[in-house]
Amino acid sequence: MLKKRDDFEDILEERRHSSDLRYALKCYTPVLYKGLSPCRASELKSMVLQSDQLQYVINQVSKEMGRTAEEVQAEASTILDEMAHRLQISTVRFFAFTLSKIFKTLFRSICVNEEGIQRLQQAIHEHPVILLPSHRSYMDFLLMSYVLYTYDLSVPVIAAGMDFMGMKIVGEMLRMSGAFFIRRSFGGDKLYWAVFSEYVQIMVKSGFAPVEFFLEGTRSRTAKSLTPKLGLLNIVIDPFLKGEVFDISLVPVSISYERVLEEALYARELLGVPKPKESTSGLFKARKVLSEDYGSIHIYFGQPVSVRALAEGKVNRCQFNLTPRHIPRKPGEEIQSFVNDLAYRLVRSQEENMVLTPWVLLAFLLLQNQAVGNERGMSLDELTEQAAWVRDLSRQFGAFLHWPESLCAGGGDKQDVLLFFCSPLESEMPHSAMTSEEELLNRAVIILSCASYRNQALHLFIRPALLAVAIQAASSNKKQEVYNSFSFLWNMFSNEFILCPGAAVQDFEEACYLLVKSGALQISQQEILVSGRGHRTLAFLANILDPFLEGYQVRKCKFPIEGAVELS
Amino acid sequence: MIFSNKRSRQILRHAKPAGGSSSPNCHHLFSWYMIFNLTELLLFHRQEIMKWNGWGYNDSKFIYNKNGQAEFTGKRYRLSGMIIPGLRDWMESTFGATVQHKTPATPVLNTSAVQPPTLNEAFVEGIKSTGIPFSHDPEDRVFRSHGHCLHEIFPLREGKVGRVPDMVVWPKCHNDVVKTVELACKHNVCLIPFGGGTSVSSALECPPEETRSIVSLDTSQMNRVLWIDEKNLTAHVEAGIIGQDLERLLNESGYCTGHEPDSMEFSSLGGWVATRASGMKKNIYGNIEDLVVHIKMVTPRGVIEKSCQGPRMSTGPDVHHFILGSEGTLGVVTEVTMKIRPVPEYQKYGSVVFPNFEQGVACLREVARQRCAPASIRLMDNEQFQFGHALKPQVSSIFTSFLDGLKKFYITKFKGFDPSRLCVATLLFEGDREKVLQHEKQVYDIAAKFGGLAAGEDNGQRGYMLTFVIAYLRDLGMDYFVIGESFETSVPWDRVLDICRNVKARIVQECKDRGVQFQPLSTCRVTQTYDAGACVYFYFAFNYRGLSDPLHVYAQVEHAAREEILANGGSLSHHHGVGKLRKEWMRETVSDVGLGMLKSVKDYVDPNNIFGNRNLL
Repeated sequence: MLKKRDDFEDILEERRHSSDLRYALKCYTPVLYKGLSPCRASELKSMVLQSDQLQYVINQVSKEMGRTAEEVQAEASTILDEMAHRLQISTVRFFAFTLSKIFKTLFRSICVNEEGIQRLQQAIHEHPVILLPSHRSYMDFLLMSYVLYTYDLSVPVIAAGMDFMGMKIVGEMLRMSGAFFIRRSFGGDKLYWAVFSEYVQIMVKSGFAPVEFFLEGTRSRTAKSLTPKLGLLNIVIDPFLKGEVFDISLVPVSISYERVLEEALYARELLGVPKPKESTSGLFKARKVLSEDYGSIHIYFGQPVSVRALAEGKVNRCQFNLTPRHIPRKPGEEIQSFVNDLAYRLVRSQEENMVLTPWVLLAFLLLQNQAVGNERGMSLDELTEQAAWVRDLSRQFGAFLHWPESLCAGGGDKQDVLLFFCSPLESEMPHSAMTSEEELLNRAVIILSCASYRNQALHLFIRPALLAVAIQAASSNKKQEVYNSFSFLWNMFSNEFILCPGAAVQDFEEACYLLVKSGALQISQQEILVSGRGHRTLAFLANILDPFLEGYQVRKCKFPIEGAVELS
Repeated sequence: MIFSNKRSRQILRHAKPAGGSSSPNCHHLFSWYMIFNLTELLLFHRQEIMKWNGWGYNDSKFIYNKNGQAEFTGKRYRLSGMIIPGLRDWMESTFGATVQHKTPATPVLNTSAVQPPTLNEAFVEGIKSTGIPFSHDPEDRVFRSHGHCLHEIFPLREGKVGRVPDMVVWPKCHNDVVKTVELACKHNVCLIPFGGGTSVSSALECPPEETRSIVSLDTSQMNRVLWIDEKNLTAHVEAGIIGQDLERLLNESGYCTGHEPDSMEFSSLGGWVATRASGMKKNIYGNIEDLVVHIKMVTPRGVIEKSCQGPRMSTGPDVHHFILGSEGTLGVVTEVTMKIRPVPEYQKYGSVVFPNFEQGVACLREVARQRCAPASIRLMDNEQFQFGHALKPQVSSIFTSFLDGLKKFYITKFKGFDPSRLCVATLLFEGDREKVLQHEKQVYDIAAKFGGLAAGEDNGQRGYMLTFVIAYLRDLGMDYFVIGESFETSVPWDRVLDICRNVKARIVQECKDRGVQFQPLSTCRVTQTYDAGACVYFYFAFNYRGLSDPLHVYAQVEHAAREEILANGGSLSHHHGVGKLRKEWMRETVSDVGLGMLKSVKDYVDPNNIFGNRNLL
């Protein structure tokens, strides 16, 4: 279960010792896709406008709407102007300089797995690459481009929400550093969809630059991975399915923050305070964040995933043989389920390579303690003991822990633990001169922030936790019974957590395996038995799901078992 | 360039006797490379002049001579007796195949390795009483037990012989075939028709599960041109005739069929019909299905033929199309009436260099759109261009090599073509002199729009020569750990580039995944243009040093390549046929109902599976 993972290298280290200006002006010669026919960003536009795909839709729209083809073509051109990036290296260099300054103030370190970078470099040379970072913060895409520039790799073109475009100057600068802007919703707009998908596909096919987007579609406000959105993924793998490229590499990237910049904002948003509109002045006002410490960032470039290898035997590419490929078609069931599986798989690999800090594990303990109504908190000794216990458990579950040396030894350094769990909340400490309402709100913010930290490691415990609850709920310890209630929970939470569609049985088996391995369970052919020391583990795991079960209001009712699968 | 143009035109003029009817040896592609010898192929024992475990004539092969230089032996081809200085380097740099690592073939067939024949005595007696020649000599049987797939030739080189026919019969005419088929039906023996033996689809392989006596029906003695009808421009020919003989005999009367598949030195008319063959010059003359006017075939049910020679009929589905492509599963084609044309007055090669393959394909597409394709137009990719270059014979004068250098300089330096990307199209024009020149200009004008530069006749000619010697080259490769094969497909125009890229890449990837230690050669060319698509030909070869079971690896890679072709909208075959090699894909290719239709025809025509080669279905 324990995966071999790469080592990290801090890229800020060098920035602190050498000139940022020289760094920004360094010789930059990224490895290019071997099949690349070099073209400028502006040429991409005319390729899109003249493509068969778009021309077909333009004619269709003009017939349907009774407008001339020229009018529709002009509209398409306007859409494209609004959308397209204008990637240029000078802007990238400008960002390289300023971001160096900012990052050094904000973060202690930015750690990157260099082996991942090497794999990525190889992948970029071989095939068109799609970068799929996790999305927890606005920082994500800046960081990605920054890291790629640092390692002399092609800076990506990034699908960004329209919101950024509204920002004066900054929007345009983002555009010039490779962002292209898409509307949040364009449901029925055929023309928009055609321009958008063709634009993205031409970039993929030509290997212009790695295409980057966020599978989760938006920043996760809760640090829990969101269920993937499939639109863009569908678009980018289409050229492979239609045989227009030999293969496409999908590279999941896990960006773990010790503390996200938007921490407090997210909590407030969750409480109903509206999200501030993205604006340049807002950004300027937010400069106060510069005075704070946001700890370290870990960026893990995962193993590139070959679409070809995964599609083998799952998608019959002959289905495109009988109609011209430029005529848009809704993907068939086979492709839909392939893309869906693929998306979940990718989000899971993002999750697996998330680096977890001690504070994340402490958040579990503190929240559980708080939930049982323990107002006074817990003693430091107790917390330390429990922390070490959770650490060991999570290691057995294959966690990617970043546990500072000083915390490893025996009981751990109490002072360190204290520091660790205080620092992220410091800024939220209530001030004396507050109304009780404000105090309540602040308290809620703290709890929610804490929950966000806990959520970072949910993926680690979710399967065993589902099993723990299933064992509690099942009427007997028969394996089949337990599975039935597991399956009920699994289905219910399939939109809450990243549970790959149709993989209930595998997840059940994985949970069993982990809990047997950690000594909590003994499983025979027919029965599941909790071992003596397993009670603590199961209680801890079941507690994790408490808030969610409460949220779904299924605490009291008996799980209705339906459509349960016979375990083989 | 100018000089060579002029010279070859002069040669043509000299070679042509006054009065219009041209000498048989001057207009024809082969005339440049080889000397005919009709009587040789009339021999019953073809192994006396042809290799039993390799391609072509015994006397013609590539060897490394005493000086370590590659040389092509014999006297038959234009390349014969010439030194090819670049070949050895090319072999080394492309495959890592060095002279030190040799894998020579077994020189002579060890007849004791051949299973004794399972004879059906009653059938043998019957044949004896008809006076049709037959043999159960091991060498005769082994020669007719295979085509030229790698997995057929490779074991033979190692002296390994699998299931072979138990007996060979040589009917001399249609009636002999009728008698043979009747006897076969009566005594329940399995008949496998054998024409030229150039199959590359495992079509000639004896099914190992066959328990009956297997009789190879060799059509080579049915090789007469029975009549020529100058009013209708048709010729009636026995189906066993070999391509080069047919052309030569017709040429004597001033005619040709214009059907020139790459295998025409050895393949037979009956074979062409049975596999739906395609000729290089189909743009002028058509493919075999366009060329046949009337077919006579002997089946277990009797003889099938049409009652007249009307040029087109609306009489239900064309029964010819049950025969064309039946691959020997329904009967033996015995006589064919074919369209013939007067031998063209003038023939001219040409070539165009394109900066890259994409531009080249775009040009071919435009040529097809304007329906102005020359007799032949082929586009080689960069790897094949370099391969062609490596096959350049030693130049005779300093002047030529100086000119070559100048050409290269002009294209790569002056025109800025990247030598690792450029590709070349070879052209062959045919017809009236005036029209050819006009046509030539039209095609070169189109080419210019796609960045193409005319690159002279020599390059064109060499391109076509490559077609004929490449099969010999495979034998050289096999002497030095290199195995390879070619396969083809047809594909709509918009898919051509995609299929070329993907199939080539798939081959490279599969080789890597399966532990091939050396970079494989994976290359393609577009060999035919149609209104709605093109024929693409792939060559694939690798150095198998370090592999324990190279044939298995090879088969897996080829299988994957075919899967890739199908996934990219390519057809199962353009002209090689299905045989047994590609049978597994027939159902998805023609649908359940389609396969059922074919099966029901087989069931009606040959209920006892007398023609039991098990091809196609």
